[in-house]
Amino acid sequence: MSFFSAILHRDLLLALRNRNEIINPLAFFMIVIALFPLAVSPEATVLSKIAPGIIWVAALLATLLSLDSLFKNDFEDGSLEQLLVSPQSLVLLTIGKVLSHWLMSGFLLALLSPLLAIMLFLPTQAFGALVGSLLLGTPTLSLIGAIGAALTVGLRKGGVLISLLVLPLYIPVLIFGAGAVQAGVMGVPIAGYMALLGAMMVFSLMFAPFAIAAALKLSIRN
Amino acid sequence: MKINMPRWFYQLASPKWSYDIMGMLLPWFAVAAGLLLTAGIIWGLMFAPPDYQQGNSYRIIFIHVPSAILAQSCFMLMAVAGLIGMVWKMKVAHIVAKSAAPIGASMTVIALATGAIWGKPTWGAWWVWDARLTSMLILLFLYMGIMALYSAFENKASGDQAAAILALVGLVNIPIIKYSVEWWNTLHQPATFTLTKKPAMPPEMWLPLLVMVLGYYCFFGFLLMARTRIELLERENKSGWVTTIINEQL
Amino acid sequence: MGYFNSFSEFLDMGGHALYVWLSYAITLAVFILNLLFIWLKKRAFFSLAKRQTKREQRNL
Repeated sequence: MSFFSAILHRDLLLALRNRNEIINPLAFFMIVIALFPLAVSPEATVLSKIAPGIIWVAALLATLLSLDSLFKNDFEDGSLEQLLVSPQSLVLLTIGKVLSHWLMSGFLLALLSPLLAIMLFLPTQAFGALVGSLLLGTPTLSLIGAIGAALTVGLRKGGVLISLLVLPLYIPVLIFGAGAVQAGVMGVPIAGYMALLGAMMVFSLMFAPFAIAAALKLSIRN
Repeated sequence: MKINMPRWFYQLASPKWSYDIMGMLLPWFAVAAGLLLTAGIIWGLMFAPPDYQQGNSYRIIFIHVPSAILAQSCFMLMAVAGLIGMVWKMKVAHIVAKSAAPIGASMTVIALATGAIWGKPTWGAWWVWDARLTSMLILLFLYMGIMALYSAFENKASGDQAAAILALVGLVNIPIIKYSVEWWNTLHQPATFTLTKKPAMPPEMWLPLLVMVLGYYCFFGFLLMARTRIELLERENKSGWVTTIINEQL
Repeated sequence: MGYFNSFSEFLDMGGHALYVWLSYAITLAVFILNLLFIWLKKRAFFSLAKRQTKREQRNL
């Protein structure tokens, strides 16, 4: 088994053994979305206008919540340090970890989104754009978020700090992700938005692993 | 202040006694549930008259209303069991509460799903933020929170206590949530539909409904006792009576 | 057949077939899942217990 698939296999197995850790961000996603009709208005006319934004912001926040556990467990039992000093490629390690994290968070959020979109009266013609933009956008969120998680893994109150570090970097993804869904609502072609989201994902995939590895080495050293 | 409870109450505190009693009751509940549910469904689907306004889609009522009733009763049972566990320090009570949570959550899911599906031909939309559906949704979130709390604790006793506290807080909150959601709903007055408040149902309709409610209660009782028994085995697995059972199974 | 004139009319539910049968199907599925999970829990307990007693017997 190659190193990459070994890391992927290990992380997925660990995640599946702690099923409640997967459910929590999804439940948070649902609850946050449910708050908006209660706070704003339950009218379909109002909700359908703000639905793209609500779903995307909720996905963002749910991803942030799940990031805290990305490196924490390995850091606390010392296995992270072992992985970092091993002769294996750090880039593969980080990509493997982020991929398994995304499969258990962003990916599931994207799949769950149509159900919640129904509750927000999002027009069905926008569903493709919704799921597509989330599938393309959440990997970027996981990659950028992993940088924040790596920087704060050694700190005790890392949770809120990750949000502050990472949210400004999330804004472009949010703008184009929600924009794609809005375009879908209006029936306008979404290819441009999807291409931009895809480009951001590729860009972060190329450069984030190095930043994550450097941040991890820094956190271990302290 | 010492309250004197009947003898069987204190006997239930013994895991083995509870295990045995529940084992005895299980087949009865299973048979009752099977009979009542089958009879109720056949009656409701075939032998109840169609509704004057809704036609045949109203037949969803026979699985929707019982699940909503159960969803709420289960939460109350869970909270009371947790309270008994805390006050009388009874492990069995906590186990009953823990076992009730996923069943109650399932009932809430059924109520929400069937309610939404019923809404489509009745109101024209798969989902509406009406007071009852919204209260049910919040109830589901409460259930999910309690289940998450149980699994977050490694020490089972601490988990029991924490979940019992949360369940009691939730119980107190339910009337508040219901009231505020009703108030919020009357503020907005969505004009596209009217709540299907059936003022009086003819007996041809509420009789099968009653049968279904009883059937659901029996099924719930069966599931609760079955789950509780397994949890009892797991928690008492070092004790003599459990090892006897294990050796019998081998 | 009660209030329906034929079995096919019964299945059709006056045009509301999708809604009625989907609801009943979901309910049945949730009931069955509940039963299944309990059965799986029971099986897991006894298989674990069997493995543990075998291990202890070996150590004796």
